[in-house]
Amino acid sequence: MASRGAFDELYGAGTAPRPEFAALHDWINATSVEELRARQGQAELAFRQIGITFSVYGEDEAAERIIPFDILPRVFSQAEWARLTKGLEQRVESINAFLRDIYGKRQILKDGIIPADLVLRNPQFAAGIADIRPPAGIFAHICGIDIVRTGPDDFFVLEDNARTPSGVSYMIENREAMLRLCPELFSIFPVLPVDGYPDALLATMQSVAPRQASRQPVCVLLTPGPFNSAFYEHSFLADNLGIELVEAADLEVRDDTVYMRTISGPVRVDVIYRRIDDDFLDPLVFRPDSMLGVPGLIAAYRAGNVALVNAPGTGIADDKAIYSYMPDIVRYYSGGEAMLPNVETYRCREPQALQYTLDHLDELVVKLVDGSGGYGMLVGPTASRDEIDRFRAVLKAEPHRYIAQPTLALSTSPTLADQGLAPRHIDFRPFVLTGANGITIIPGGLTRVALRDGSLVVNSSQGGGTKDSFVLGAPGMRQQQSMGGMTQSQSIRGGLA
Amino acid sequence: MLLSRTAAQLYWLGRYVERAEFTAQLVEATLRLDQLAARPAGNDAWASALAVASQTQGFAATGAELSDTAVTQYLLLAQNNPSSIRSCIDAARHNARAVRTALSREAWISINRSWISLRGRQRLDDAQSILALIEELKADARGFEGALNRMLRNESRFLISLGQAIERANGTARLLDVKYHLLLPAGESVGGAIDRDQWTGILRTVSAVTAYRWLYREGLKPWLVAEFLVLREELPRSLVASTEQIVNLLTRIGHRTGQQGEADRLARRKRQQLRQITAETLIQGGLHEFLGRFLGEIADLDRAISQQFRFN
Repeated sequence: MASRGAFDELYGAGTAPRPEFAALHDWINATSVEELRARQGQAELAFRQIGITFSVYGEDEAAERIIPFDILPRVFSQAEWARLTKGLEQRVESINAFLRDIYGKRQILKDGIIPADLVLRNPQFAAGIADIRPPAGIFAHICGIDIVRTGPDDFFVLEDNARTPSGVSYMIENREAMLRLCPELFSIFPVLPVDGYPDALLATMQSVAPRQASRQPVCVLLTPGPFNSAFYEHSFLADNLGIELVEAADLEVRDDTVYMRTISGPVRVDVIYRRIDDDFLDPLVFRPDSMLGVPGLIAAYRAGNVALVNAPGTGIADDKAIYSYMPDIVRYYSGGEAMLPNVETYRCREPQALQYTLDHLDELVVKLVDGSGGYGMLVGPTASRDEIDRFRAVLKAEPHRYIAQPTLALSTSPTLADQGLAPRHIDFRPFVLTGANGITIIPGGLTRVALRDGSLVVNSSQGGGTKDSFVLGAPGMRQQQSMGGMTQSQSIRGGLA
Repeated sequence: MLLSRTAAQLYWLGRYVERAEFTAQLVEATLRLDQLAARPAGNDAWASALAVASQTQGFAATGAELSDTAVTQYLLLAQNNPSSIRSCIDAARHNARAVRTALSREAWISINRSWISLRGRQRLDDAQSILALIEELKADARGFEGALNRMLRNESRFLISLGQAIERANGTARLLDVKYHLLLPAGESVGGAIDRDQWTGILRTVSAVTAYRWLYREGLKPWLVAEFLVLREELPRSLVASTEQIVNLLTRIGHRTGQQGEADRLARRKRQQLRQITAETLIQGGLHEFLGRFLGEIADLDRAISQQFRFN
């Protein structure tokens, strides 16, 4: 089942399933491809009806699309998950320590660990909020760390998403679909539940509420609105957290205090989970030309009257230019080596690295420092001569805007393809919550799969799909099952007994 | 606690859903009257359907010739008709999507399903396919209604129903006003011979053909139909029942927010007036004048609601 020498999540490097996943292998064998396809079709129909869609920029509302869903889950063993969790905690603690430092004393720059210019002149460095210390000193409350795997023990961090990472609704909705369509899998496998995420997120938000907030702080989710590509997720989260979904126009700031406009008049807001970029938070601070945002929001934040989740300025921590220094950053703040290593990265701003990149363009992945979503990227091994030549020109013109990485043999997972089951490359985004009381990681995440044969690009904008991500619990444990469903006859029997 | 913007969107969601359903019933009833009746009513029936939908001018502006297919297309699918079923469902879905947190998943799905089924339709050719589409839309509307009844009974839910009740009162009043004049030819006094198919068509539009027979044993009489649609509390679409519902919904919202206002006052006054009217005074005082006043008061009430809940 494994292909082209890539490590397969289910079959390892060989053809026999890894022992702890034998049950999944048996289930796949016992279920016909037609049956799997039928169930997958039902899941996608349900996603469309529920409206779990994203819009592609440049297309109209009618072009809402669903992200393809693959019915075969990827699975983590208990041991794998325990290891990942430790590495994620170390990484995210370091990210928050780094942010506290560079928006405070800047000790790491003084100690010469990172070139000061790279931070202070970085467009992601928010000089305007540099002296603000957010509640509990936490900047990045929600991180979505992108992880790739190349072998049994080889996990790498590909990106640290510390701004407004999306995709967590898929973690929960994909599980809902799996529970409904493949219930038997959950009696074979002790899968840890993921539906605790909304409660954990709400607790995280409440833990960083300003001190003067009432015992029940008012939390809201700030969305750019229904035309945003991730709007479904915004409404899903607001709904599951039981908090208001607000747009900028619903908020106003008076006396450095944020209020939302309700039918009974203004109501004070304590914590804002904002799913809009820094640039559009407050036109008074970030983009004077912008009509978007809430004038005065940053002043309220500075006054300590409202918490912003994530805090402004976190973009500096997941900047691709900073990324290559993450091993140093982790070592500097945690005192140990990074348990989750980086992917080797060439900084094209450095002449030697640029030369190496130019000499090996057909082997490397070249990325824009400030790009995302798989745009502005060269995948050397699959690129045409023309594309490579074009990239060579832009690289020479603006080397500081690019980094290069070796093309990794991403792990594969069995996937329902047009011609039947086939291995497809995957990555993984777990979500790490940091509140005043510490870090919470829900056992699960977003697994993205490159549906095209041999493709390494998993982005939904580039033909990627998603899978459920199972994290196994102790043997004998079961997914929680609800009681109830008593029938009339049972009730009568009960009455007679 | 409810955001003002969300409140406005929920209220309009209710209005659009109700308008779409009413138009579906109107087209269905007109189709029966024209194509399926023993004596086809012809283009007059379609002209009157446009009048009931307040779309006479809008349709004329398209330059299309009056015909069953042209009017059906205009009322069901036209993108340039802001009150076509397609436009209503588009607008309802847009509102619903923006306020999803205030809706249950089931309520959303029933709207989204209508939107999905209308999305691919460009033309409707025969009566059969039109009736099939209308059946589908009505089923989704019932699904929405059922979902509403299972939602939390809070301001969100009440505002959707308030939008529906306002729209319903409006629709019934327009239906009766247009039909009453068309159906009583000049010179013919109340109580004269009537066109059974036409009157059945009115009742069908408010889904009350059999309900009428349960309440009135005398057979179809225009003044009884008028009384039925205006004054009978038993009929959910009657003006009395709709007004009663408006008062109740405003009261329940007021209980939760601790605030009442102009909208409550206007709605209560209207209810009081309706309670004092009998079938005789309704007809003798001039039904057309009565309905004209009623429609004006509903418009006032709509404005008062926007102000009271700070929609803008």
